Amino acid sequence: MGETLHFHYDVDGGNFTSAGDASVHVKRKLRQLGFPPETIKRVSIAMYEGEINMVIHAGGGTADVFVSPESVKIVLADKGPGIEDISLAMKEGYSTAPENVRSLGFGAGMGLPNMKRYTDSMDIESELGVGTTITMTVNL
Amino acid sequence: MAQYNHSVSLDADRCKGCTNCLKRCPTEAIRIRDGKARINPVRCIDCGVCISVCPHNAKKAVSDKFADISRFKYKIALPPPSLYGQFDNLDDVDYILQGLLDIGFDDVYEVARAAEVVSGFTRLYIRRKGLPKPIISSACPVIVRLISLRFPYLCENVLPLLPPVEIAAARARQRALATHPELKPEDIGVIFISPCPAKVSYVKNSALFGHETNIDACISLSEIYFELLGTMRASKTPLPLSRSGMIGIGWATAGGEATAIFNDRYLAADGIENVFRVLEAIENGDFPNLEFVELNACPGGCVGGAMTVENPYIAQARLQTLKRYLPVSQNWDFRENDDENNIPKEYFVTSGVEYSPVSALAQDRAEAMRIMAEIQSIHETLPELDCGSCGAPTCYCFAEDIVKGEANAEECIVHMRERLQKLLDNQNETK
Repeated sequence: MGETLHFHYDVDGGNFTSAGDASVHVKRKLRQLGFPPETIKRVSIAMYEGEINMVIHAGGGTADVFVSPESVKIVLADKGPGIEDISLAMKEGYSTAPENVRSLGFGAGMGLPNMKRYTDSMDIESELGVGTTITMTVNL
Repeated sequence: MAQYNHSVSLDADRCKGCTNCLKRCPTEAIRIRDGKARINPVRCIDCGVCISVCPHNAKKAVSDKFADISRFKYKIALPPPSLYGQFDNLDDVDYILQGLLDIGFDDVYEVARAAEVVSGFTRLYIRRKGLPKPIISSACPVIVRLISLRFPYLCENVLPLLPPVEIAAARARQRALATHPELKPEDIGVIFISPCPAKVSYVKNSALFGHETNIDACISLSEIYFELLGTMRASKTPLPLSRSGMIGIGWATAGGEATAIFNDRYLAADGIENVFRVLEAIENGDFPNLEFVELNACPGGCVGGAMTVENPYIAQARLQTLKRYLPVSQNWDFRENDDENNIPKEYFVTSGVEYSPVSALAQDRAEAMRIMAEIQSIHETLPELDCGSCGAPTCYCFAEDIVKGEANAEECIVHMRERLQKLLDNQNETK
């Protein structure tokens, strides 16, 4: 692997107005780097969904993006409650989002399924009461 | 991409090199070099923000002058509905249209009339199956250009119908040729009275918007406003010229085009910063249930254009009064149950919006990454004040400029002060 660029973001918990800022920022960077639009779209949607998840469920966290000429790796880490049943959480339409969040239009149960759909690999490490780390890769 | 012909330019004598425009330019197209603002033509979208914010009136919108149009034997004015909101105590649009004839135009064709035609065809068009939703209005040329430069995924969402001004121009020209068979095509001048520099640019660059234009010249709305004022004061009873309805006049203000779709799943945003946020959100797939999106670069819609005279919100209030007792629409000859696939071809652009990115650092991705790494490492050394004193709008832009060889790291005023302090400290120690 050649040179890798690293972008780090702190994702603010409970702040819906800034939720999604990090993925917009990454999108701009990838555009500047001349990545194909299709790749940029996949990265930004997957990262956006993950970012929103951290805000809704985990009180925020960190997003680290590693860009190489061949791939984009996104690592989202939080110290939230953890995911009780990962395979259930991966089901389309399943959501544990609270009512106040749903009223904002989030919590449709499509977050994790979309992240999987738009990436080439997705790995979830989660421990109840400790936190969740999701690693996604989009290859060119 | 072909060369883009701009309508925002700088009066270097008036420019003081302050940071007002620098900081507000939404596409970071401005730099201060040698004490003067410089606009990067590749990035500029002619939104006119710099014209509005310049305290020294050093930014100008370039348009044709009223005196220039005497070269046409038969002059047709295309007044936009935003013009109607500029006058105090006006209870009928006819006074303005009569005024245009009185100052020397031979005919008038209201853009608002064509807007009602576009609204009608848009209602039909969005019923087509399989369209990428939401449909994004193509009436504001700033938005169309912005999408072509920065939003590759939204290019195919842009409404492929001609903008109202173009339909007005075509109809006005046809009418002139039909009623005055003695006129040769080159005798006719179709002249748009523009509320903003972006529409002037649109006319100059219509090929980039996917069609040939029928407009021969653009005069600034503010120039015509002052021409009209004197005439309208002296005016007798005007001829009943206006044929616009509520819908057409509504196009002058934000939300007017969207409400005319008669569908509640729409969004209307105005002001270039809000527009950016909406486009980013749509590109992220955030608005799954929208049918139509109307975006206006100027606050308040076209009444907020940099070539208008009146405060946009006052203009909007006046338009509400003007259109109050008008029919909903006076220019829609088709029926709502017409077939959505039978929209006449002449109402469509000939080619769609094409993505032409401007922000790429290099052709080769590995090279672009090397450049970005260098930008990042320089950026880490900068104070992050984004003060603009170096001539770039942000410290990050300054870092980019340094790497591109367009700026010198020594120009950072905060670093300069630190160096000076060190020098003074050293001198004190040696005493």
